[in-house]
Amino acid sequence: MENNLKKVDIIFEDSDKCAPLKVLEKTLKRTADDIILDLIDSGLKGRGGAGFPTGLKWKFTRNETSDVKYVICNADEGEPGTFKDREILDRVPEKIFTGMAICGYVVGAREGYIYLRGEYNFLLKSLLKKLNDFNAALKKLNVDFQIYFKSGSGAYVCGEESALFESMEGKRGEPRNKPPYPTVAGYNSKPTVINNVETLVYTTMICHMGPEKFKALGTSDSRGSKVFSVSGDTPIPGIYELELGMPLHDFVNEFGDGDTKAVQVGGASGHCVPRKKFNDTIIGFEGIPTGGSMMIFNSSRSMYNVLHDYLEFFAEESCGQCTPCRVGCQQLLKGIEAVKRGERPPAYLDDLKKLTGTMKIAAKCGLGQSVGNPFNSIIDNFREEIIY
Amino acid sequence: MSTTEALVKELVEKNGRTRNSLMPVLQGIVQQEHFLSEEALICVAKELDLSAADVYGTASFYTFLDTVPRGKNIIRVCKTITCHMKGKDEVIKAISNALKIKVGETTHDNKFTLLSANCLGWCHKGPVMLINDEVFPELTPQKALEIVEEYAKK
Repeated sequence: MENNLKKVDIIFEDSDKCAPLKVLEKTLKRTADDIILDLIDSGLKGRGGAGFPTGLKWKFTRNETSDVKYVICNADEGEPGTFKDREILDRVPEKIFTGMAICGYVVGAREGYIYLRGEYNFLLKSLLKKLNDFNAALKKLNVDFQIYFKSGSGAYVCGEESALFESMEGKRGEPRNKPPYPTVAGYNSKPTVINNVETLVYTTMICHMGPEKFKALGTSDSRGSKVFSVSGDTPIPGIYELELGMPLHDFVNEFGDGDTKAVQVGGASGHCVPRKKFNDTIIGFEGIPTGGSMMIFNSSRSMYNVLHDYLEFFAEESCGQCTPCRVGCQQLLKGIEAVKRGERPPAYLDDLKKLTGTMKIAAKCGLGQSVGNPFNSIIDNFREEIIY
Repeated sequence: MSTTEALVKELVEKNGRTRNSLMPVLQGIVQQEHFLSEEALICVAKELDLSAADVYGTASFYTFLDTVPRGKNIIRVCKTITCHMKGKDEVIKAISNALKIKVGETTHDNKFTLLSANCLGWCHKGPVMLINDEVFPELTPQKALEIVEEYAKK
Protein backbone atom coordinates (compact mmCIF):
# COMPACT_ATOMS: atom_id res chain seq x y z
CA MET A 1 0.00 0.00 0.00
CA GLU A 2 1.28 3.47 -0.86
CA ASN A 3 2.21 5.42 2.17
CA ASN A 4 3.27 9.06 2.53
CA LEU A 5 4.36 8.67 6.11
CA LYS A 6 7.83 10.01 6.67
CA LYS A 7 9.77 8.99 9.73
CA VAL A 8 12.19 11.61 10.99
CA ASP A 9 15.05 11.56 13.48
CA ILE A 10 15.63 15.03 14.91
CA ILE A 11 14.52 14.93 18.52
CA PHE A 12 16.42 11.79 19.49
CA GLU A 13 19.30 12.24 17.03
CA ASP A 14 22.40 11.47 18.97
CA SER A 15 25.74 12.35 17.48
CA ASP A 16 28.82 14.38 18.33
CA LYS A 17 27.79 16.96 15.79
CA CYS A 18 24.65 17.90 17.68
CA ALA A 19 26.22 17.68 21.15
CA PRO A 20 24.02 20.08 23.15
CA LEU A 21 26.86 22.05 24.72
CA LYS A 22 28.51 22.59 21.35
CA VAL A 23 25.20 23.82 19.93
CA LEU A 24 24.90 26.17 22.89
CA GLU A 25 28.40 27.58 22.49
CA LYS A 26 27.86 28.13 18.79
CA THR A 27 24.46 29.75 19.27
CA LEU A 28 25.54 32.14 22.01
CA LYS A 29 27.94 33.75 19.54
CA ARG A 30 24.95 34.97 17.53
CA THR A 31 22.70 37.92 18.37
CA ALA A 32 19.39 37.33 20.10
CA ASP A 33 17.55 38.94 17.20
CA ASP A 34 19.15 36.55 14.71
CA ILE A 35 18.09 33.55 16.75
CA ILE A 36 14.52 34.84 16.98
CA LEU A 37 14.45 35.45 13.22
CA ASP A 38 15.60 31.88 12.62
CA LEU A 39 12.89 30.47 14.88
CA ILE A 40 10.19 32.55 13.23
CA ASP A 41 11.52 31.58 9.82
CA SER A 42 11.50 27.89 10.76
CA GLY A 43 7.74 28.07 11.37
CA LEU A 44 8.06 26.17 14.65
CA LYS A 45 4.81 26.15 16.61
CA GLY A 46 4.42 24.95 20.20
CA ARG A 47 4.35 21.17 20.48
CA GLY A 48 2.27 20.98 23.64
CA GLY A 49 -0.97 21.21 21.69
CA ALA A 50 -1.90 24.90 21.51
CA GLY A 51 0.51 25.63 18.67
CA PHE A 52 1.61 29.20 19.37
CA PRO A 53 4.59 30.28 17.20
CA THR A 54 7.65 29.78 19.39
CA GLY A 55 9.76 32.55 17.84
CA LEU A 56 7.04 35.12 18.54
CA LYS A 57 6.68 33.96 22.13
CA TRP A 58 10.40 34.51 22.68
CA LYS A 59 10.28 37.86 20.89
CA PHE A 60 7.38 39.18 23.01
CA THR A 61 9.18 38.18 26.19
CA ARG A 62 12.44 39.72 25.00
CA ASN A 63 10.62 42.99 24.28
CA GLU A 64 9.33 43.25 27.87
CA THR A 65 11.36 45.45 30.20
CA SER A 66 12.05 43.69 33.47
CA ASP A 67 15.04 42.88 35.65
CA VAL A 68 13.71 39.43 36.29
CA LYS A 69 12.38 37.06 33.64
CA TYR A 70 11.93 33.31 33.63
CA VAL A 71 12.16 30.38 31.24
CA ILE A 72 9.93 27.47 32.15
CA CYS A 73 9.80 24.04 30.64
CA ASN A 74 6.34 22.55 30.90
CA ALA A 75 6.94 18.88 31.71
CA ASP A 76 3.52 18.36 33.25
CA GLU A 77 2.58 15.92 30.53
CA GLY A 78 -0.84 14.67 31.57
CA GLU A 79 -3.00 14.44 28.47
CA PRO A 80 -4.27 10.86 28.26
CA GLY A 81 -2.44 9.03 25.51
CA THR A 82 0.63 11.28 25.66
CA PHE A 83 3.95 9.94 26.88
CA LYS A 84 6.52 11.47 24.52
CA ASP A 85 7.82 14.09 26.96
CA ARG A 86 8.76 11.37 29.45
CA GLU A 87 10.77 9.65 26.75
CA ILE A 88 12.45 12.91 25.72
CA LEU A 89 13.29 13.76 29.35
CA ASP A 90 14.71 10.30 29.80
CA ARG A 91 16.76 10.10 26.62
CA VAL A 92 17.90 13.60 25.62
CA PRO A 93 17.53 15.91 28.66
CA GLU A 94 20.60 17.95 27.68
CA LYS A 95 18.82 19.08 24.54
CA ILE A 96 16.00 20.44 26.72
CA PHE A 97 18.43 22.22 29.06
CA THR A 98 20.19 23.71 26.04
CA GLY A 99 16.94 25.04 24.58
CA MET A 100 16.20 26.67 27.92
CA ALA A 101 19.65 28.23 28.14
CA ILE A 102 19.39 29.61 24.60
CA CYS A 103 15.96 30.99 25.47
CA GLY A 104 17.38 32.57 28.63
CA TYR A 105 20.06 34.28 26.55
CA VAL A 106 17.52 35.50 23.99
CA VAL A 107 14.92 36.90 26.38
CA GLY A 108 17.29 38.00 29.15
CA ALA A 109 16.39 35.50 31.88
CA ARG A 110 18.79 34.15 34.48
CA GLU A 111 16.61 31.39 35.91
CA GLY A 112 14.91 28.43 34.32
CA TYR A 113 12.56 25.89 35.86
CA ILE A 114 11.40 22.49 34.74
CA TYR A 115 7.97 21.69 36.16
CA LEU A 116 7.93 17.90 36.21
CA ARG A 117 4.67 16.08 36.88
CA GLY A 118 4.70 14.11 40.14
CA GLU A 119 3.98 10.90 38.26
CA TYR A 120 7.45 11.18 36.70
CA ASN A 121 9.33 11.57 39.99
CA PHE A 122 11.18 8.33 39.27
CA LEU A 123 13.10 10.25 36.58
CA LEU A 124 14.32 12.89 39.04
CA LYS A 125 17.39 11.15 40.39
CA SER A 126 19.15 10.71 37.07
CA LEU A 127 17.83 14.02 35.73
CA LEU A 128 19.20 15.95 38.70
CA LYS A 129 22.63 14.48 38.16
CA LYS A 130 22.60 15.49 34.50
CA LEU A 131 21.24 18.91 35.38
CA ASN A 132 23.99 19.53 37.94
CA ASP A 133 26.60 18.74 35.30
CA PHE A 134 24.85 21.04 32.84
CA ASN A 135 24.55 23.90 35.34
CA ALA A 136 28.25 23.50 36.11
CA ALA A 137 29.03 23.63 32.39
CA LEU A 138 27.00 26.84 32.07
CA LYS A 139 29.07 28.45 34.82
CA LYS A 140 32.25 27.32 33.11
CA LEU A 141 31.08 28.95 29.86
CA ASN A 142 30.30 32.13 31.84
CA VAL A 143 26.64 31.85 30.95
CA ASP A 144 24.54 33.60 33.60
CA PHE A 145 21.72 31.05 33.66
CA GLN A 146 20.81 28.20 36.01
CA ILE A 147 18.06 25.59 35.80
CA TYR A 148 16.05 24.07 38.66
CA PHE A 149 13.42 21.37 39.03
CA LYS A 150 9.94 21.83 40.51
CA SER A 151 7.67 18.86 41.06
CA GLY A 152 3.96 18.66 40.48
CA SER A 153 1.64 16.65 42.69
CA GLY A 154 -0.85 14.98 40.42
CA ALA A 155 -3.09 17.61 38.84
CA TYR A 156 -3.81 17.51 35.10
CA VAL A 157 -4.91 21.14 35.03
CA CYS A 158 -1.41 22.27 36.06
CA GLY A 159 -0.34 21.60 32.47
CA GLU A 160 -2.32 24.77 31.70
CA GLU A 161 0.40 27.40 31.82
CA SER A 162 -1.12 29.86 34.27
CA ALA A 163 -2.23 27.03 36.60
CA LEU A 164 1.35 25.81 36.44
CA PHE A 165 2.61 29.22 37.63
CA GLU A 166 0.09 29.17 40.47
CA SER A 167 1.32 25.74 41.50
CA MET A 168 4.95 26.90 41.39
CA GLU A 169 3.96 29.82 43.60
CA GLY A 170 2.63 27.40 46.19
CA LYS A 171 -1.05 27.80 45.44
CA ARG A 172 -3.95 25.72 44.19
CA GLY A 173 -3.43 25.01 40.49
CA GLU A 174 -6.28 27.21 39.31
CA PRO A 175 -5.86 28.88 35.91
CA ARG A 176 -5.69 32.68 35.80
CA ASN A 177 -7.64 35.08 33.65
CA LYS A 178 -5.89 36.07 30.43
CA PRO A 179 -4.65 38.61 29.54
CA PRO A 180 -2.10 39.29 30.86
CA TYR A 181 -0.30 36.51 29.00
CA PRO A 182 2.80 34.81 30.42
CA THR A 183 5.10 36.82 28.13
CA VAL A 184 3.99 39.88 30.15
CA ALA A 185 3.21 38.42 33.57
CA GLY A 186 3.87 34.74 34.19
CA TYR A 187 5.71 33.11 37.10
CA ASN A 188 5.90 35.53 40.03
CA SER A 189 4.09 37.98 37.70
CA LYS A 190 7.31 38.44 35.71
CA PRO A 191 7.69 38.04 31.92
CA THR A 192 7.99 34.32 31.31
CA VAL A 193 8.55 32.02 28.38
CA ILE A 194 6.83 28.71 28.98
CA ASN A 195 7.47 26.03 26.39
CA ASN A 196 6.67 22.35 26.11
CA VAL A 197 9.54 19.85 26.50
CA GLU A 198 9.49 18.90 22.84
CA THR A 199 9.34 22.52 21.64
CA LEU A 200 12.53 23.33 23.57
CA VAL A 201 14.34 20.40 21.95
CA TYR A 202 13.29 21.64 18.51
CA THR A 203 14.65 25.11 19.30
CA THR A 204 17.99 23.50 20.11
CA MET A 205 17.90 21.45 16.93
CA ILE A 206 16.88 24.42 14.75
CA CYS A 207 19.85 26.34 16.17
CA HIS A 208 21.96 23.31 15.28
CA MET A 209 20.76 22.53 11.76
CA GLY A 210 19.32 25.89 10.66
CA PRO A 211 15.70 26.75 9.88
CA GLU A 212 15.84 25.60 6.24
CA LYS A 213 16.14 21.91 6.99
CA PHE A 214 13.33 22.07 9.52
CA LYS A 215 11.00 24.03 7.31
CA ALA A 216 11.60 21.66 4.40
CA LEU A 217 9.57 19.16 6.39
CA GLY A 218 5.81 19.31 6.79
CA THR A 219 3.34 21.65 5.09
CA SER A 220 2.98 25.43 4.90
CA ASP A 221 0.73 25.45 7.99
CA SER A 222 2.56 22.75 9.87
CA ARG A 223 6.29 23.05 9.47
CA GLY A 224 8.64 20.36 10.63
CA SER A 225 8.08 17.10 12.41
CA LYS A 226 6.52 16.03 15.68
CA VAL A 227 6.85 13.23 18.16
CA PHE A 228 3.73 11.06 18.30
CA SER A 229 2.64 8.84 21.16
CA VAL A 230 0.89 5.87 19.58
CA SER A 231 -1.26 3.64 21.77
CA GLY A 232 -4.42 1.55 21.86
CA ASP A 233 -5.22 -1.16 19.34
CA THR A 234 -1.94 -1.21 17.47
CA PRO A 235 0.64 -3.97 17.13
CA ILE A 236 3.44 -1.38 17.44
CA PRO A 237 2.63 1.09 20.24
CA GLY A 238 5.34 3.60 21.11
CA ILE A 239 7.03 6.89 20.25
CA TYR A 240 7.49 7.94 16.63
CA GLU A 241 8.77 11.18 15.16
CA LEU A 242 6.87 11.86 11.95
CA GLU A 243 6.64 14.65 9.41
CA LEU A 244 3.57 16.81 10.04
CA GLY A 245 0.70 17.15 7.60
CA MET A 246 0.10 13.45 6.89
CA PRO A 247 -3.34 12.12 6.06
CA LEU A 248 -4.75 10.07 8.92
CA HIS A 249 -5.35 7.31 6.39
CA ASP A 250 -1.59 6.76 6.00
CA PHE A 251 -1.10 6.82 9.72
CA VAL A 252 -3.71 4.12 10.23
CA ASN A 253 -2.20 1.98 7.47
CA GLU A 254 1.11 2.09 9.28
CA PHE A 255 -0.02 1.73 12.87
CA GLY A 256 -3.51 0.21 12.84
CA ASP A 257 -4.25 -3.48 13.38
CA GLY A 258 -6.28 -3.77 10.18
CA ASP A 259 -9.54 -3.33 12.04
CA THR A 260 -9.32 0.33 13.07
CA LYS A 261 -12.67 1.91 13.77
CA ALA A 262 -11.61 5.31 15.07
CA VAL A 263 -8.59 7.32 16.12
CA GLN A 264 -8.65 9.81 18.97
CA VAL A 265 -6.30 12.56 17.82
CA GLY A 266 -4.89 14.86 20.50
CA GLY A 267 -5.76 12.95 23.64
CA ALA A 268 -8.90 13.05 25.74
CA SER A 269 -9.33 16.74 24.92
CA GLY A 270 -8.83 16.09 21.19
CA HIS A 271 -11.08 14.89 18.39
CA CYS A 272 -12.33 11.42 17.57
CA VAL A 273 -12.10 10.61 13.87
CA PRO A 274 -14.15 7.69 12.50
CA ARG A 275 -12.96 5.41 9.72
CA LYS A 276 -15.02 7.14 7.02
CA LYS A 277 -13.10 10.37 7.60
CA PHE A 278 -9.55 8.93 7.63
CA ASN A 279 -8.99 10.01 4.02
CA ASP A 280 -9.92 13.67 4.50
CA THR A 281 -8.23 14.24 7.82
CA ILE A 282 -4.83 15.87 7.92
CA ILE A 283 -2.75 15.67 11.09
CA GLY A 284 -1.42 19.17 11.58
CA PHE A 285 -2.49 22.72 12.32
CA GLU A 286 -4.51 22.91 9.08
CA GLY A 287 -6.48 19.80 10.05
CA ILE A 288 -6.51 18.29 13.49
CA PRO A 289 -3.58 19.40 15.63
CA THR A 290 -2.29 17.15 18.36
CA GLY A 291 0.05 17.37 21.29
CA GLY A 292 1.15 13.96 20.09
CA SER A 293 -1.48 11.60 21.43
CA MET A 294 -2.86 9.11 18.87
CA MET A 295 -5.14 6.49 20.43
CA ILE A 296 -6.33 3.80 18.09
CA PHE A 297 -9.59 1.91 18.65
CA ASN A 298 -10.60 -1.21 16.74
CA SER A 299 -14.09 -2.52 16.10
CA SER A 300 -14.18 -4.47 19.36
CA ARG A 301 -14.27 -1.24 21.40
CA SER A 302 -17.39 0.47 22.69
CA MET A 303 -17.21 4.18 21.99
CA TYR A 304 -19.59 4.69 24.91
CA ASN A 305 -16.91 3.32 27.21
CA VAL A 306 -14.31 5.53 25.57
CA LEU A 307 -16.40 8.67 26.03
CA HIS A 308 -17.36 7.64 29.54
CA ASP A 309 -13.69 7.26 30.46
CA TYR A 310 -12.86 10.69 29.06
CA LEU A 311 -15.75 12.41 30.85
CA GLU A 312 -14.87 10.74 34.12
CA PHE A 313 -11.34 12.01 33.62
CA PHE A 314 -12.49 15.60 33.03
CA ALA A 315 -14.99 15.55 35.89
CA GLU A 316 -12.17 14.50 38.23
CA GLU A 317 -9.52 16.81 36.85
CA SER A 318 -11.62 19.96 36.49
CA CYS A 319 -10.16 22.37 39.06
CA GLY A 320 -13.67 23.39 40.10
CA GLN A 321 -12.97 27.09 39.94
CA CYS A 322 -15.43 28.07 37.21
CA THR A 323 -19.01 26.84 37.11
CA PRO A 324 -19.31 25.96 33.40
CA CYS A 325 -16.50 23.42 33.68
CA ARG A 326 -17.16 22.15 37.22
CA VAL A 327 -20.87 21.53 36.66
CA GLY A 328 -20.63 20.96 32.92
CA CYS A 329 -18.26 18.00 33.13
CA GLN A 330 -20.41 16.32 35.77
CA GLN A 331 -23.63 16.88 33.84
CA LEU A 332 -22.16 15.51 30.60
CA LEU A 333 -21.08 12.36 32.45
CA LYS A 334 -24.41 11.93 34.24
CA GLY A 335 -26.21 12.76 31.00
CA ILE A 336 -24.74 9.99 28.85
CA GLU A 337 -25.25 7.53 31.72
CA ALA A 338 -28.93 8.52 31.88
CA VAL A 339 -29.35 8.15 28.12
CA LYS A 340 -27.66 4.74 28.23
CA ARG A 341 -30.00 3.57 30.99
CA GLY A 342 -32.99 4.85 29.03
CA GLU A 343 -33.92 7.40 31.68
CA ARG A 344 -33.49 10.19 29.18
CA PRO A 345 -34.53 10.21 25.51
CA PRO A 346 -31.81 10.08 22.82
CA ALA A 347 -32.59 13.72 21.96
CA TYR A 348 -31.14 14.64 25.34
CA LEU A 349 -27.74 14.17 23.72
CA ASP A 350 -28.45 17.29 21.66
CA ASP A 351 -29.08 19.28 24.84
CA LEU A 352 -25.74 18.03 26.15
CA LYS A 353 -24.08 19.15 22.93
CA LYS A 354 -25.46 22.64 23.53
CA LEU A 355 -23.97 22.50 27.00
CA THR A 356 -20.52 21.89 25.50
CA GLY A 357 -21.13 25.03 23.39
CA THR A 358 -21.71 27.01 26.57
CA MET A 359 -18.60 25.50 28.13
CA LYS A 360 -16.53 26.46 25.11
CA ILE A 361 -17.55 30.11 25.47
CA ALA A 362 -17.76 30.39 29.24
CA ALA A 363 -15.12 28.10 30.75
CA LYS A 364 -12.05 29.89 32.00
CA CYS A 365 -9.35 27.67 30.51
CA GLY A 366 -8.65 25.08 27.85
CA LEU A 367 -9.83 22.20 30.02
CA GLY A 368 -13.51 23.14 30.09
CA GLN A 369 -13.37 24.73 26.64
CA SER A 370 -12.17 21.57 24.94
CA VAL A 371 -14.41 18.92 26.55
CA GLY A 372 -16.74 19.49 23.61
CA ASN A 373 -14.07 18.16 21.22
CA PRO A 374 -14.27 14.51 22.27
CA PHE A 375 -17.93 14.80 23.28
CA ASN A 376 -19.28 16.14 20.00
CA SER A 377 -17.01 14.11 17.74
CA ILE A 378 -17.93 10.84 19.47
CA ILE A 379 -21.67 11.65 19.74
CA ASP A 380 -21.83 12.77 16.10
CA ASN A 381 -20.02 9.75 14.71
CA PHE A 382 -21.10 6.98 17.08
CA ARG A 383 -24.48 8.14 18.31
CA GLU A 384 -26.05 4.68 18.22
CA GLU A 385 -23.32 3.28 20.47
CA ILE A 386 -24.05 5.91 23.10
CA ILE A 387 -27.79 5.23 23.06
CA TYR A 388 -28.01 1.42 22.74
CA MET B 1 9.38 19.06 69.64
CA SER B 2 7.50 16.26 67.84
CA THR B 3 9.07 14.52 64.85
CA THR B 4 6.55 16.21 62.54
CA GLU B 5 7.46 19.63 63.86
CA ALA B 6 11.14 18.90 63.43
CA LEU B 7 10.56 17.66 59.89
CA VAL B 8 8.61 20.79 58.94
CA LYS B 9 11.29 23.05 60.39
CA GLU B 10 13.96 21.18 58.48
CA LEU B 11 12.02 21.38 55.18
CA VAL B 12 11.30 25.07 55.62
CA GLU B 13 14.95 25.68 56.40
CA LYS B 14 15.96 23.86 53.22
CA ASN B 15 13.38 25.37 50.84
CA GLY B 16 13.03 28.87 52.22
CA ARG B 17 10.42 30.68 54.27
CA THR B 18 8.27 31.88 51.35
CA ARG B 19 4.93 30.95 49.85
CA ASN B 20 6.78 29.59 46.81
CA SER B 21 8.22 26.87 49.05
CA LEU B 22 4.84 25.54 50.07
CA MET B 23 4.71 22.76 47.47
CA PRO B 24 8.21 21.35 48.09
CA VAL B 25 7.58 21.51 51.85
CA LEU B 26 4.28 19.63 51.59
CA GLN B 27 5.83 17.14 49.17
CA GLY B 28 8.69 16.56 51.61
CA ILE B 29 6.28 15.79 54.45
CA VAL B 30 4.29 13.34 52.32
CA GLN B 31 7.51 11.60 51.36
CA GLN B 32 8.32 10.95 55.02
CA GLU B 33 4.91 10.55 56.63
CA HIS B 34 2.82 9.38 53.61
CA PHE B 35 0.12 11.97 54.27
CA LEU B 36 -0.42 15.46 55.72
CA SER B 37 -1.73 15.31 59.25
CA GLU B 38 -3.57 18.20 60.87
CA GLU B 39 -0.51 18.77 63.03
CA ALA B 40 1.74 18.97 59.96
CA LEU B 41 -0.57 21.41 58.14
CA ILE B 42 -0.83 23.72 61.16
CA CYS B 43 2.90 23.57 61.66
CA VAL B 44 3.56 24.51 58.01
CA ALA B 45 1.07 27.37 58.28
CA LYS B 46 2.92 28.74 61.33
CA GLU B 47 6.35 28.39 59.76
CA LEU B 48 5.38 30.04 56.46
CA ASP B 49 3.12 32.62 58.11
CA LEU B 50 0.01 31.50 56.22
CA SER B 51 -3.45 30.64 57.46
CA ALA B 52 -4.00 26.95 58.14
CA ALA B 53 -7.05 27.08 55.88
CA ASP B 54 -4.92 28.36 53.04
CA VAL B 55 -2.40 25.55 53.51
CA TYR B 56 -5.15 22.93 53.71
CA GLY B 57 -6.89 24.47 50.69
CA THR B 58 -3.72 24.17 48.65
CA ALA B 59 -2.86 20.67 49.83
CA SER B 60 -6.33 19.27 49.22
CA PHE B 61 -6.20 20.46 45.61
CA TYR B 62 -3.49 17.97 44.70
CA THR B 63 -4.05 14.23 44.33
CA PHE B 64 -0.58 13.35 45.62
CA LEU B 65 -0.86 15.53 48.73
CA ASP B 66 -3.10 13.29 50.79
CA THR B 67 -4.76 14.71 53.86
CA VAL B 68 -6.08 11.35 55.10
CA PRO B 69 -3.79 8.65 56.53
CA ARG B 70 -2.18 6.43 53.91
CA GLY B 71 -0.18 3.24 54.10
CA LYS B 72 3.59 3.04 53.90
CA ASN B 73 3.31 2.00 50.25
CA ILE B 74 0.81 3.74 48.02
CA ILE B 75 -0.22 1.75 44.97
CA ARG B 76 -1.73 3.80 42.16
CA VAL B 77 -3.10 1.82 39.24
CA CYS B 78 -3.73 3.84 36.08
CA LYS B 79 -7.38 3.71 35.09
CA THR B 80 -7.36 5.86 31.96
CA ILE B 81 -8.56 4.54 28.62
CA THR B 82 -5.58 2.62 27.22
CA CYS B 83 -4.79 0.93 30.53
CA HIS B 84 -8.51 0.23 30.81
CA MET B 85 -8.45 -1.45 27.40
CA LYS B 86 -5.37 -3.47 28.33
CA GLY B 87 -6.84 -4.90 31.51
CA LYS B 88 -6.39 -2.60 34.52
CA ASP B 89 -9.60 -4.01 36.04
CA GLU B 90 -8.03 -7.47 36.37
CA VAL B 91 -4.89 -5.96 37.88
CA ILE B 92 -6.89 -3.99 40.46
CA LYS B 93 -9.00 -7.06 41.25
CA ALA B 94 -5.92 -9.22 41.83
CA ILE B 95 -4.28 -6.68 44.15
CA SER B 96 -7.57 -5.98 45.87
CA ASN B 97 -8.14 -9.69 46.59
CA ALA B 98 -4.59 -10.28 47.75
CA LEU B 99 -4.52 -7.32 50.14
CA LYS B 100 -8.20 -7.66 51.08
CA ILE B 101 -8.88 -3.98 50.49
CA LYS B 102 -10.95 -2.03 47.99
CA VAL B 103 -9.71 0.90 45.93
CA GLY B 104 -9.31 3.84 48.32
CA GLU B 105 -8.64 1.68 51.38
CA THR B 106 -5.55 0.93 53.48
CA THR B 107 -4.54 -2.44 54.90
CA HIS B 108 -4.86 -2.97 58.65
CA ASP B 109 -1.10 -3.20 59.08
CA ASN B 110 -0.78 0.20 57.32
CA LYS B 111 1.56 -1.27 54.75
CA PHE B 112 -0.48 -0.61 51.60
CA THR B 113 -3.02 1.84 50.26
CA LEU B 114 -4.66 0.96 46.94
CA LEU B 115 -5.72 3.85 44.70
CA SER B 116 -6.57 4.37 41.06
CA ALA B 117 -4.98 7.23 39.15
CA ASN B 118 -5.56 9.20 35.98
CA CYS B 119 -3.20 8.75 33.03
CA LEU B 120 0.32 8.00 34.27
CA GLY B 121 1.92 8.44 30.84
CA TRP B 122 2.63 4.80 29.90
CA CYS B 123 -0.22 4.23 27.44
CA HIS B 124 1.99 2.13 25.12
CA LYS B 125 2.93 -0.18 27.97
CA GLY B 126 -0.29 -0.50 29.95
CA PRO B 127 -1.55 -1.52 32.34
CA VAL B 128 0.78 0.37 34.62
CA MET B 129 1.00 1.21 38.30
CA LEU B 130 3.09 3.38 40.56
CA ILE B 131 4.15 2.17 43.98
CA ASN B 132 5.30 5.31 45.76
CA ASP B 133 7.62 6.82 43.10
CA GLU B 134 8.52 3.57 41.33
CA VAL B 135 6.82 2.69 38.06
CA PHE B 136 5.77 -0.79 36.89
CA PRO B 137 4.57 -0.99 33.27
CA GLU B 138 3.24 -3.93 31.21
CA LEU B 139 1.48 -5.56 34.12
CA THR B 140 -0.45 -8.77 34.27
CA PRO B 141 -2.40 -9.66 37.42
CA GLN B 142 0.30 -12.23 38.22
CA LYS B 143 3.15 -9.76 37.71
CA ALA B 144 1.40 -7.13 39.83
CA LEU B 145 1.00 -9.60 42.69
CA GLU B 146 4.67 -10.54 42.61
CA ILE B 147 5.66 -6.87 42.79
CA VAL B 148 3.31 -6.21 45.70
CA GLU B 149 4.71 -9.27 47.51
CA GLU B 150 8.21 -7.85 47.11
CA TYR B 151 7.08 -4.63 48.76
CA ALA B 152 5.37 -6.58 51.54
CA LYS B 153 8.73 -8.10 52.45
CA LYS B 154 10.49 -4.72 52.66
